[in-house]
This record gives sequence, structure tokens and C-alpha cells, in this order.
Amino acid sequence: MGLVLDEEQTILKDSAKAFFAEQAPVTAFRKLRDSNDETGFSRDLWSAMAEMGWAGIIIPEEFGGLDFGFQGLTLVLEEQGRNLTASPLVSTVLLGAGALLEAGTEAQKNALLPMIAAGELLMTVAIDEDHHFDPANTALAAKADGDGYVLTGEKTFVLDGHVADKIIVLARTSGEKGDRKGLTLFLIDGTAGGVTRERLDMLDSRNAARIKLDQVKVSSEAVMGPIDGGYDALSKVLDRAMIGLSAEMLGGAAAVFEMTLEYLKERRQFGQLIGSFQSLQHRAADMFTQLELSKSVVMTAATAMDEGSNEIASLASLAKAFVSETSNQVTREGIQMHGGIGMTDEHDVGLYLKRSRVAEHTFGSAGYHRDRYARLNDY
Amino acid sequence: MSDLDVFREEVRAWLVENCPPSMRTPMGNDEDVVWGGRKANYKNPEAKLWLDRMGAKGWTAPTWPKEYGGGGLSKEEASVLGQELGRINARPALASFGLWMLGPVLLEYATDEQLKEHLPPIVRGEIRWCQGYSEPGAGSDLAGLQTRAVLEGDEYVINGQKVWTSYADKADAIFCLVRTDTSTKHEGISFLLIDMDQAGVTTKPIKLISGNSPFCETFLDDARTPARNLIGRLNGGWEIAKKLLQHERTNISAGGFGAGGRSAALEEVAKEYLGAEGGKIADAVKRDEVVRHKMLERAFAQTLKRMSAESKAGEVSPASSIIKYVAAEMNKDRMELLVEIMGLQALGWSGDYFSAEGLATTRGMLRSKANSIEGGTTEVNLNVIAKRVLGLRDHQ
Ligand SMILES: Cc1cc2nc3c(=O)[nH]c(=O)nc-3n(C[C@H](O)[C@H](O)[C@H](O)COP(=O)(O)OP(=O)(O)OC[C@H]3O[C@@H](n4cnc5c(N)ncnc54)[C@H](O)[C@@H]3O)c2cc1C
Repeated sequence: MGLVLDEEQTILKDSAKAFFAEQAPVTAFRKLRDSNDETGFSRDLWSAMAEMGWAGIIIPEEFGGLDFGFQGLTLVLEEQGRNLTASPLVSTVLLGAGALLEAGTEAQKNALLPMIAAGELLMTVAIDEDHHFDPANTALAAKADGDGYVLTGEKTFVLDGHVADKIIVLARTSGEKGDRKGLTLFLIDGTAGGVTRERLDMLDSRNAARIKLDQVKVSSEAVMGPIDGGYDALSKVLDRAMIGLSAEMLGGAAAVFEMTLEYLKERRQFGQLIGSFQSLQHRAADMFTQLELSKSVVMTAATAMDEGSNEIASLASLAKAFVSETSNQVTREGIQMHGGIGMTDEHDVGLYLKRSRVAEHTFGSAGYHRDRYARLNDY
Repeated sequence: MSDLDVFREEVRAWLVENCPPSMRTPMGNDEDVVWGGRKANYKNPEAKLWLDRMGAKGWTAPTWPKEYGGGGLSKEEASVLGQELGRINARPALASFGLWMLGPVLLEYATDEQLKEHLPPIVRGEIRWCQGYSEPGAGSDLAGLQTRAVLEGDEYVINGQKVWTSYADKADAIFCLVRTDTSTKHEGISFLLIDMDQAGVTTKPIKLISGNSPFCETFLDDARTPARNLIGRLNGGWEIAKKLLQHERTNISAGGFGAGGRSAALEEVAKEYLGAEGGKIADAVKRDEVVRHKMLERAFAQTLKRMSAESKAGEVSPASSIIKYVAAEMNKDRMELLVEIMGLQALGWSGDYFSAEGLATTRGMLRSKANSIEGGTTEVNLNVIAKRVLGLRDHQ
């Protein structure tokens, strides 16, 4: 564990690398995109990933999981990012299993975690309500009704929201939009009466949905975590999600860097390799340096998560802010250094840029996380 | 009243009469741009009317001589015309590689006969031109081009491939750099005009990351063109090619790659998407970024003005690389900033959920990535500044 991978982790990373390269390379993602696949990922692939143990990688053994640790999950996510693989790993494992582990009741955990680990249940968390990430801005109302609640409102940018079997909804039980207090997590069925879901056609061709809740009735058993204290519970789940997504972005940025580096060593102009021009050399060296720094922040944050450090929130924001910027830089430079060919749909670099822009924005942009980091550290 | 004031009055009166009402509204999207040519398809008849009227006056090419269909205006008069068009928010009557790139070099290098043949149809928007420069193996190193032209009788026969040819599938003719001597590099290039309406020329659109297909592969297989379509000297094309690039860099970049004019002001978008407090952009960090960008735009506009005041009408220099470099990077940054400001709204690909403005921003951000590649990359332009303007040399 830690900043150098141990033997088990190295084996995991290698097998993830081989798995994604063989079963879900960029061409597979392209196919999903070009055929307008309705699910947005391959269910067969997800079953295969579950067989590898990855759907349950952070789930304790008592719930049918592998209990391998969070850092293991980040290694899988990194390889997934490298291949632009579409899978419900972020929605179902980072968010869904993450939330159950953090805030689920014993009954909820017993019922759902084994199904997640088996790859039989898709989950997600519905947070955003407008075009910028800010959980406190939740207005979706949960009104007490008998011994249950009635939920009404709208969520957007819900990852895998159109196919999720269970959705954890961040709702307002008291206070006003903008307050951190007064938020509560509810577990609902994706197909519950009063729920309508619309898949959004996103820049990165990945799954996000707009979800409307119209008088959705739930029992008190649907509550996850403390009533009115959902913000703090969710924050811990989101720390995981931020670090995990940073790992995915790190993989994508590394892939772009590698293909660009190769191109610098292959494309000739003016009778020489373009990689012989110092202005490009320095920028390649800088990208490599930023990637090294990015790797450190992701590994440190993942390790801290496994060790239960009390600095996780800061480290998660550091990772998300830093890797978002690096990924933005590397994808920009990737296109520029490829020249005209980098602008074509046929070349992969553009696909990575599209995924990067959406991921940069998911769970808060670099700017959001710099602000959060400053808040957490009293700057 | 000075002569210029008289001229202003005349222009104003003419515009009142002649600029159709729908041509005084902001353009909706790229489809509203009028490129002319034989294959043009005018959705709005007023666009055609506006082009015909401006073309007949020669005001699509205000400073070109009257005998070649131009407006025959002095630099000062042309600037008055520009101001008056701007005052009523008139749309450009014609967007054209013929106006921006080919015409200016023809005026410098072509014979009187060639000018009479080619300029008037450009002014009137009858012939649409595309630019046959880049090849698979010759991008930044343009002089490495391999497309061959051989004189057979009174025709050149051309064989080779061009790539990234913008709008080749919609153009009527192509101005092409060809190799007419294989024994040397720069001194073996000639500048040829070729009609594309012939069996020897085929085009294949290439899709961009933004989803559009504005450029093509262009194949020349025994394409033919009359020998009189050689511009300048045989093997003297490189000088013309470079000159044309300077016009391209000046004219296209000066328009900020279509930014600004066609979309809402950055600060207004920021207030709408980030909220406003007391009329100010609520997010202090983004406000600073917006201001930084606004100041850069202003500095750029002032530089354009200063450079144009320093030069004669239609004259260009290697300093055009400064304009191209700044405009390209500025527009790319602007689009990234817009995406950040609009968040999820500018991360959609299609569908009703996203505003038209949001979707245009997403696609625009993607398209803008080409600004620092097309018309000479940022690196190449910085090299031009370093070498040709500053006199810095490679290892000596
Ligand atoms: C949208 C779009 C429209 C276009 N329209 C046209 C058109 O209408 N007609 C036409 O002829 N062409 C057109 N082009 C082609 C354009 O001019 C070329 O793409 C451009 O010149 C770069 O050439 P390249 O693509 O071969 O890249 P390369 O020259 O292979 O460059 C790859 C990378 O190497 C860098 N590089 C190369 N040489 C140096 C150096 N000496 N020092 C430092 N860095 C260097 C480049 O800057 C770039 O980052 C268009 C391109 C685009 C993207």
C-alpha cells in the first residue's frame, strides 16, 4: 500500500491493463458512440468486469466483495480511462457502493452490496440541479408524509441515471437552497412511480440523465444516513468519487501524452522529426512533469482513503483540481501537436478531449476544488 | 464638409436604401454565412439581393480597382464604409477566400488579362475559391509539397493530393501550389489556378471533432488547366504562396475567427450563467478571468487598428504572424472560458435539454482548436516572428 504499488496491486494493474486493452479498447467505445447504443455501455463487459472482482473491489467480503481497498479501484479506473472504456464503475461503485458503505443501513447494505459486487445491480447518486456542481444548491423537496416522505423536484447530470436500478437522491428536508444543513439522502427505485428519466446526449457520449420526481412516495426505510445531515455523508462519498474520477482522467491524459510522444517521434517536417524542435520538446517535457505530479496527488489521495486519514477532503480536492488542469493541458496540446490530423473525428485524441472536458466538470471543476481546498484549510 | 464626410453621407443614404432588413440582424449560425459560388444555395433571398447589390457597387472588395470590379475606394473611404456597415450591424455580404487570399496576390502578381478574368467574379461572389496548399506530407513544411504539374502543349496536367482543403466540396475552383521542378525545393513551386468542375478533380470530406465536415481531401488525377492560369513566373510560386499566407493571417484572424460578432458578449454570458450581484459577475474569480480576456480583446483590436494605420491599403508583412498568433490563442481561450462559465450547458452534444447557445459553445470550443493549426500553426507563426521579424537564427 502507498506510494509504491505492492505486489498484489501490481498484478491488479497489469491485469486491468490487459483486460481493457483486449476487451474494451477505444474502438469499442467508438462503436457504442456511432451506433447510438441505448445503454451507453456494454452489459456483457460489465459482467466480465464483475467477474474480475472489480464491481466489488471496495466492498467488504461479508457483502460478497473483494475488499481489495480503494487504491485498487483507482488502478482499475486509471486503466479504464486510458482506454476510454464506458462502464458503470463510477456511478455504481464509486457513488452507489460508496454511499451504501458510508451511509447505508445494515438492511440496505445486506440487500444491495452483494448485488453490486455480482454486477447485477446498477446504482447512481443524483446530486446536481443546474449547470454547476454544488450539492448545497439542492432544492428537490422531500416532505414528511405519514411515516414516509414524498419527493418532488428535478435532478440533472445523473451519471448512468437512465439505466440505474436504484438511485440515491439528495433531497431537501429542511432549510433553503444553498444551505448545507437540511439535506437528506433517499434511496429510490429507478422505475418508481413518479420518476421520469431522460438520457442526455453528452459531448463525451457517456451516460448522464435528467431525472424528474413527481410526488415520489418512499417509506422511512428509504432514508440513508442522518436526516438533515446528508451533506456531510455525501461529502465523504464524493471524496471517493473525486479521487476515483481523477484516476480515470489521469489514465486518459497519460494515453494522450503517449500517443503524442509517439507522433513527435514519427512525424517528419522540414526533413526532421517534429520531436527535434525544441519548442515542442519543452512542452512535451512539461506535460510529462505535470503527469508525474498528477500521479502523486492521485496515489497520495487514494492511500489516504485506505488509511482513513483525516485530510481526505483536502487531498481529494487537490487531486481533482490538479488532474483536471493537467488533463485539460494534455488534451489541448495533444491536438495541437498532431496538427490537422488531430482535428479529425477519425483520430482518437479528440475523443479524449471530449471525455476530459466532461470529467473536468463532473463533481466540481478545478476552480470549485481550489475554492473548497481553501475553505477546508482556512485560507 | 470634407470629401470624406460627403462620402459618408452618400454611403449612409445608399445603405438605407439597399441593405435589406434581415441583413441587419445578427447571424444565427454558420449557415447564415454567404460564400457565393455556382453551387450556392440562398435560404434567404435577401442574402442574395444584398450580395448582388454590394457586388455591383464593388463594395465586397472596396479597395480593389474599379476596372476589375472593385469599389475603387481609398483606404480612408473603405474605412468609412466599414464604419457605416458596422453602424447598422450589416452582415458581411460575402465571405470568400477569393476576397481574403487570392484577390490580393493576384493584384500584386497577375497580368492585366488574368485580373480581368478572375477578379470580377470574385467581387460578385460568382466563383468560390478554395486553397490547395497542404498535403499529407507537407503541412508546416509547406514547401515540401509533391503535387506535380507538367506542361503538355498549352495545358498543365496536375497529379497529386491535397488535404485539409477547406470547403473543397463546395468550391468552384482551387488555387494550388504545385511542383514544377523536382530538383530544388522552394524554387520548384508554381502557383496555378484550376477549375474543379472536371473529372480529374475529386474531393472527399473529412469529419472534424466538432461533427462538421468543412474540409476535404482533394485528389488531382490528370487534372488539367490552361497554361494561362499560371500566376507569376514558372517556379516563382513560393513568394506568392508566402504573400498569400500573410493575407490569410491578416484577414481571417482580424475577424477573430468569427468570435465576438456572432455570439453574445462574454460578460453577459457570465452574468447569466454564474449570477450577478449588484450588476457584477457574482463569481469573483471568473470575473477576473472575463476581464483579463476583455482587455486582451481590446489590446488586440487596438493593435489591428495601429498596424492597419501603419500600412498601405491591402499591404501585408510578416507581422501578420503576430495577428494570427494572438487571434488564434485568444479565440481558443475564449471558448474554453465560455465552457467553464456555462458548465453542463456547454457540455452537451445535441438535444432539447441544452440551449442553442450552449450547444453552439460546445461545438465552437471544439472547432476553435483548429485556429492555432489552420493558416499556419502557432508554432510556425512564432517561428516567423522569431526569424523573419526578430532576425533570430537557428544554431550558427
Ligand atoms: C480546420 C482546418 C482548415 C484548414 N484549411 C486548409 C485549407 O483550406 N487549405 C490548405 O491548404 N490547408 C488547410 N489546412 C491545413 C493547415 O494549414 C495545416 O494543418 C497546418 O499547416 C499544419 O500542418 P500539418 O497538419 O501537416 O501539421 P504538422 O506540420 O505535421 O505539424 C504538427 C505539429 O508540429 C509542429 N511543428 C511543425 N514544424 C515545427 C517547427 N519548425 N517548429 C515547431 N513546431 C513545429 C506544428 O506546429 C504542429 O504542432 C487546414 C487545417 C485545419 C485544421
